[in-house]
Amino acid sequence: MDFMVFQYPMISVQACLDGILLGILFALIAYGMALQWGVMNIINIAQGDLVILGGYIAYFMYLYGIHPAWGVIVAPIIMYFVGVGLYKLVINKVVDRDLFISILATFGISILFMQLMNFAFGADVVLANSGYGTTFLFDSAVVLPNSKIFSAFISILFAICLVIYMKKSKLGRAIRATAQNSRAAKILGVDTEKVYAATFGINAALCGVAGALISITFTIHPYMGLPYTIRSFMIVIVAGLGNLPGVALSGMGLGVFEEFADYILGTEFRIGAVFLLLVLILVYRRFKLSRKREYLK
Amino acid sequence: MNKNLILYTAILIFGLAAPFVFPAFKVQLSILCVLIVLALTWNIQGGEMGYNTFGNILFYGLGMYLCASVQVGMFFPLAEWTESGGEKTFVHTPAQFFQGMAVGLVVAAVVPTIVAGLIGYSILGLRGHYFAICTLGLGVAAGEISGGIEIIGAGQGFTTPPFPDVGGLESRGEFFYFLSFMAVVLTFITVKSIYSTRFKLILNAIRDNEDKAEAMGIQTMKYKIIGWMISAFFCGLAGGIMGGLVGYIDSTDVAFDGREMGVFMVLMAILGGKGTLWGPVIGATVFHIFKEGFWTFFLGWQYVALGVLIVVIVIYFPEGIMGWLREKYPERFGEVVDEADRKAQVELK
Repeated sequence: MDFMVFQYPMISVQACLDGILLGILFALIAYGMALQWGVMNIINIAQGDLVILGGYIAYFMYLYGIHPAWGVIVAPIIMYFVGVGLYKLVINKVVDRDLFISILATFGISILFMQLMNFAFGADVVLANSGYGTTFLFDSAVVLPNSKIFSAFISILFAICLVIYMKKSKLGRAIRATAQNSRAAKILGVDTEKVYAATFGINAALCGVAGALISITFTIHPYMGLPYTIRSFMIVIVAGLGNLPGVALSGMGLGVFEEFADYILGTEFRIGAVFLLLVLILVYRRFKLSRKREYLK
Repeated sequence: MNKNLILYTAILIFGLAAPFVFPAFKVQLSILCVLIVLALTWNIQGGEMGYNTFGNILFYGLGMYLCASVQVGMFFPLAEWTESGGEKTFVHTPAQFFQGMAVGLVVAAVVPTIVAGLIGYSILGLRGHYFAICTLGLGVAAGEISGGIEIIGAGQGFTTPPFPDVGGLESRGEFFYFLSFMAVVLTFITVKSIYSTRFKLILNAIRDNEDKAEAMGIQTMKYKIIGWMISAFFCGLAGGIMGGLVGYIDSTDVAFDGREMGVFMVLMAILGGKGTLWGPVIGATVFHIFKEGFWTFFLGWQYVALGVLIVVIVIYFPEGIMGWLREKYPERFGEVVDEADRKAQVELK
């Protein structure tokens, strides 16, 4: 326990800013999760591993001398095809089944990805150095790496592009129609199978963007996927499906919570705090709903 | 009935004779027993009650840490023991070891039961996938948090007391084998006797339609909590035994090992057949034989194989071995089959 945060107000400012910038990234991953949860009604435990895979794409570009920021363009393209391939191989068999089946199947995929990445890229903690420098605010009391600001900016850009795409394009309309009522969409001539594949691909692409940004701003490691899944799950259940401002806000809230947990409890309890927060949020929602004799659906 | 009696006697005799017949596989057999206990207890939730949990690993890990801590803490200062990290600064006498183990196992079984009772009311109000994710979170959180606590070894792990020097080299394996075999027998008898009462029907009613069960006047929450407490009791016991057997406890790799043991118990129950008495036992045995037989051939690719195995079992074989047998030989399961109907079905295929 360390209460430095409350004695020096500037540390709180630092934690808040860090948390918000981090939270925007979380919100991007959560947006992908909400998309495929809403459309396909599956919960993807491998979400975090897709993020890490995207991160490794950017890292490899960095290793081969290309600036890792280009990963933001390359990673989603590769990840889109990874996502579609994953859909064709496994996910299409769990779409109409019980949610637990999808949880367990994607858990298997998660373990598979984790270990394959461990073989391919090694078990070291790596980061792609963007060389963007840092910004100092308030007489150097608050230090912000420019890469964090860059990643938040890119996340917002991608989110806006995606929202416009979903509103305007033909595929976007088809996806929204399938989310509302897949059977009706099928009757009206939407090829739902294609829509599902595209949705999962878009989700994977979003994960790829987020992963590339994470490899620039933070660190990546093959086994770090699950916390990202849990974070995005948490954001989605707090915000609700299809509530984009809510996703952004609760993402930032989670980011700030994590930064404060990091300062107060210590870094070793950071992931534990995230998982405990998930349990607490679920239990809180359960008690709130049980007053009306309802339950989380 | 008579046939069953012969079967049980045969299994009991086999179980008692196994360590002497296959002396090289004593540790493997003990691990198999622990796996069977875990699969049987998971089946109470996942199979009979329809609450698919990833969180039973919480009780398993808790039992493991509790048993070891009690065993050490009864005689020596716990903090110094973990600090010395396995070097033999303190040595248990045989009497101390067995006393500590006995008390430790009782604590390891009872405390998780109480914990399950305390958190049960909050957690079991969740349903379906929310329950699954919530318990997954609980298990991982427990692992992360216990990895930060100094007194039980934090990141460097906890070495459980070494087996005292009695009865030669073979006695350690025999001791742990009979301990885990006793746990299996105890679990099986408990589960079997539960499954022949109204309690099981209530659990099945909860699985099939909880709202209707409630409307029929069943206090579902009470029975859900009792079911979870029974699971927690045996999970804690299995954890305590496994801690002594492995000899070393690490927070995320041994105790709260959601990636291995936490998935194994789900997988074994599903492989054998959810919601059957013998399913988890068969599933655990098949899984363990597969795992030990082929694990060494994969040379580091075990987790890849595990991932593929999970996906394949879940997608293509969700009813498990017992479910498959039931479909193939329905008469053996006491179902009346209309011959003409069956023939028609075969022709359709």
